[in-house]
Amino acid sequence: MNILKFFTAGSVDDGKSTLIGRLLYDTDSILADQLEALQTSNRKNDDGSIDLAILTDGLRAEREQGITIDVAYKYFQTEKRKFIIADTPGHIQYTRNMVTGASTANLAIILIDARNGVVEQTIRHSYLVSLLGVSHVVICVNKMDMEDYSEEVFNNITEKYKSLLSSNLKLNDVTFIPVSALKGDNIVNLSENMPWYKGASLLDFLETVEVTGEQTSDYARMPVQWVIRPQTDELHDYRGYAGRVLSGTFKVNDKVTVLPSGSSSVIDKIEVFDKAPEEVSAGMSVTLHLKDNIDISRGDVLVNSGSLPQSSQLIEADLCWMDNKPMDDSITYLLQHNSKLTKCKVREILYKVNINTLEKEDTHEFKLNDIGRVVIKTADELAYDLYSENKANGSAILIDSRTNLTVGALMFRAVAD
Amino acid sequence: MSKYNLDYLDELEAEAIHILREVAGQFEKPALLFSGGKDSITLVRLAEKAFRPGKFPFPLVHIDTGHNFEETITYRDQMVDRLGEKLIVGYVQESIDEGKVIEQTGKNASRNALQTVTLLDTIAKHGFDACIGGARRDEEKARAKERIFSVRDEFGQWDPKRQRPELWNIYNGKIHKGENVRVFPISNWTELDVWNYIRREKMDLPSIYFAHKRDTITRNGQLMAASPFLNMDEADVVTNRMVRFRTVGDMSCTAAVESEADQIDDIIEEISASKISERGARLDDKVSEAAMEDRKKGGYF
Repeated sequence: MNILKFFTAGSVDDGKSTLIGRLLYDTDSILADQLEALQTSNRKNDDGSIDLAILTDGLRAEREQGITIDVAYKYFQTEKRKFIIADTPGHIQYTRNMVTGASTANLAIILIDARNGVVEQTIRHSYLVSLLGVSHVVICVNKMDMEDYSEEVFNNITEKYKSLLSSNLKLNDVTFIPVSALKGDNIVNLSENMPWYKGASLLDFLETVEVTGEQTSDYARMPVQWVIRPQTDELHDYRGYAGRVLSGTFKVNDKVTVLPSGSSSVIDKIEVFDKAPEEVSAGMSVTLHLKDNIDISRGDVLVNSGSLPQSSQLIEADLCWMDNKPMDDSITYLLQHNSKLTKCKVREILYKVNINTLEKEDTHEFKLNDIGRVVIKTADELAYDLYSENKANGSAILIDSRTNLTVGALMFRAVAD
Repeated sequence: MSKYNLDYLDELEAEAIHILREVAGQFEKPALLFSGGKDSITLVRLAEKAFRPGKFPFPLVHIDTGHNFEETITYRDQMVDRLGEKLIVGYVQESIDEGKVIEQTGKNASRNALQTVTLLDTIAKHGFDACIGGARRDEEKARAKERIFSVRDEFGQWDPKRQRPELWNIYNGKIHKGENVRVFPISNWTELDVWNYIRREKMDLPSIYFAHKRDTITRNGQLMAASPFLNMDEADVVTNRMVRFRTVGDMSCTAAVESEADQIDDIIEEISASKISERGARLDDKVSEAAMEDRKKGGYF
């Protein structure tokens, strides 16, 4: 059994929280005491049934206002998979939350209200999915019950959506499903109300969608997080480089290069706690031992010598600004790239994207939720890959050292000169 | 980033180890909050996987309400002996003796709320800048929105509106002096995941997790262990029942469930079929719909 992480995009009115509530409810993932809390709560649907949206509205401020402010994580499991849902708010003022939810997702569910069809925010949500490189997209055309479960309505919306996909909006794998989250149509079971729909129910699709071959390179990368040195009598010379393999595979006897220093050595031994496997691959937390005693510390990256990453101080990147205080190009920020922390300045703003129309605009400023292309300069040379080839080694955050807040998300797009 | 060649428990484990190593790499003086419950026992196991054969780069910290299940303390001391790691205990009784908190009175009196003060004092006394805890997002709806690195201000308060965005697997542990970070490496685990992991790793647990005979009374619809720490009167009828505990907390607020499950396989089967969530067995969450949110804002675990 493996894990599928997905996030949902859509506004309150699209019934996003209801959809998630419905998935949890219909997969029997709501427990008796939570259900009891729901039933005693004051919020009900018009017909007196339980308002499933309450399940994901965690904070009191949100319940009072009936909106989702923050990313809420929900979990459920079927016999086939464990699911992690990032429930994110859909309004434009919460773009940063959606970017956050999308950053770790394998799949995005974008909701379209059948009554309204493709609207501005559909484009915005789709753009964010494409920007963050989420591998799979499910377009749920919701509230089909309010459009008499009409095939024509559904087809018109899917055609309209497909016509939007262009060079500005590249999505790899898009699936359309007509649903009613409120009534439960095509969520877990196929609906008798839409016999014309021949595809899978949403849950069926989520359980079976192929998630191998994710957007990751085969190049072996491991940032060093911590050096294990027991310094005891019997383990006097023990020196293990601890980290999580970002991508690719490391094998015993592989030649590896340490960046940014450029020194190289050979893997002597691999440890995963009390086991010593011959090879380890992406996703695993491991300890590597090298044949030569070279100076390696936290922030360094071990890579396969046959496939070196980009190495530069100037990088062209997409930036999503996440702080109330606008970006200030006269300020030195901190950049965190995996375990590496270095100083960073924004050298140049190339353009900003109008995320409702996808047009590129000239701008001198970057405010909360703005997204666009910039050139950054880092104090130390970074060893990175392009985001399109290796998400984990092609992304970074910006930290404002005055507030220590995370203020920007960076996706590396090209080496700049 | 993952290619899905990892089993779900392997993936959860690898993520938790990554988070623990980030704590070691980013902070000067971290600590692991150890309650004696299965979640913090799981954290200890994960810390062994992250740092052995080296020592843990942090001590274990236990906030002792004085109202413990004896089995938990026995387990704790044996575990610390086996690990050879440092244990620091903060006593709620000391906070009471020093007049920093006042013991609750009445039938539902519990020391659960008092331990927040002892925890904050212990953090301040030792200057901890990061405290690793075993909270999970599936436990409760306020926790569902908390970050893995969750910043607390000088007063230990969590501000849900000022949470930092947490992107990819990058954790921002930068803080100002006086602030600290609560770190939750098993945020993405469910109760069932924890039990399946305990089974896979063949971990020992305090015996109160398994079905045993115990004197109990019924309080607010829940089964409580009869103990000197519970204010009982004539109305309370003591009954000897076969029970087990799903969480380990203060004796005055941790409820038992009737159960015959005395083996881990039986417990997993029971949980899979269960219709009461784990925190439902804790009286302290029942006070209001926003109970946990309020406690977390005040500096609770």
